[in-house]
Amino acid sequence: MNTPISSMLWVIGGSVIGSFGAVYLKLGAERLQINLRSLAVNWRLAVGIVFYLLSSVLYTIGVKHGELSVLYPLVSVGSIWTLLWSKLLLGEKLTKPKFVAVGMILAGCALLGLGGGKKETTGTPTAAETRHAGRDLSAR
Amino acid sequence: MVLVCTVIGAAAQVLIKKGTVALGENPTMVETALGILTTRDLFAGYALLGISTVLLVLALRQGELSLLYPVLTLTYVWVTVLSMIIFHDSMNVFKVAGISIIIAGVAVLGRASRQ
Repeated sequence: MNTPISSMLWVIGGSVIGSFGAVYLKLGAERLQINLRSLAVNWRLAVGIVFYLLSSVLYTIGVKHGELSVLYPLVSVGSIWTLLWSKLLLGEKLTKPKFVAVGMILAGCALLGLGGGKKETTGTPTAAETRHAGRDLSAR
Repeated sequence: MVLVCTVIGAAAQVLIKKGTVALGENPTMVETALGILTTRDLFAGYALLGISTVLLVLALRQGELSLLYPVLTLTYVWVTVLSMIIFHDSMNVFKVAGISIIIAGVAVLGRASRQ
């Protein structure tokens, strides 16, 4: 089975939006105070949560067609975007361990994709399918 | 805190997966919404998902995003392990290698955060 380019674009788009969601969650979290009024006016937190949900919807559309072994590692590309935004938008320092760690995590996710990537129509669900089960729901 | 968050997130996904069986083949949006409220596993799954998001936000109050976000990939590791136990997924060389490398990568981040 081939993986259509459109599926890859959905997943990559989802990872970009998800990483922006994380940035806004961070911005919102910094301004977080535990009282109802400040929670209600914390638009950054709200934007973060909406983007986070939106990225799940895009992932769901993406993984409907195509091989999970290809699409699964693409999801973890979100870590790369997040590093980029952390540096550009949040002014965090990018140190060598961070690059090394993200590289290792990407490699690990690629291996997980290879190990459980076959899309089964019957039988036990693969780990990757399990991971997306919740997202299937949110898209309907 | 992020570690706890990934464990809860993984448990949530496994519960949701388990609960989707109760929804049938092609549930409508209404059936899905009702299912979430009435199916024990689904309800618990989404509740845990909510809790894990709250924990993530609390963790982000202090930690750097570039350190914490990659740690979230640990969720994949727990989901793989949990599906092995609950759904009897098979384990293979790729999965073991993938899990080991991800854990090692997170360990590198852990060390970096203490400096």
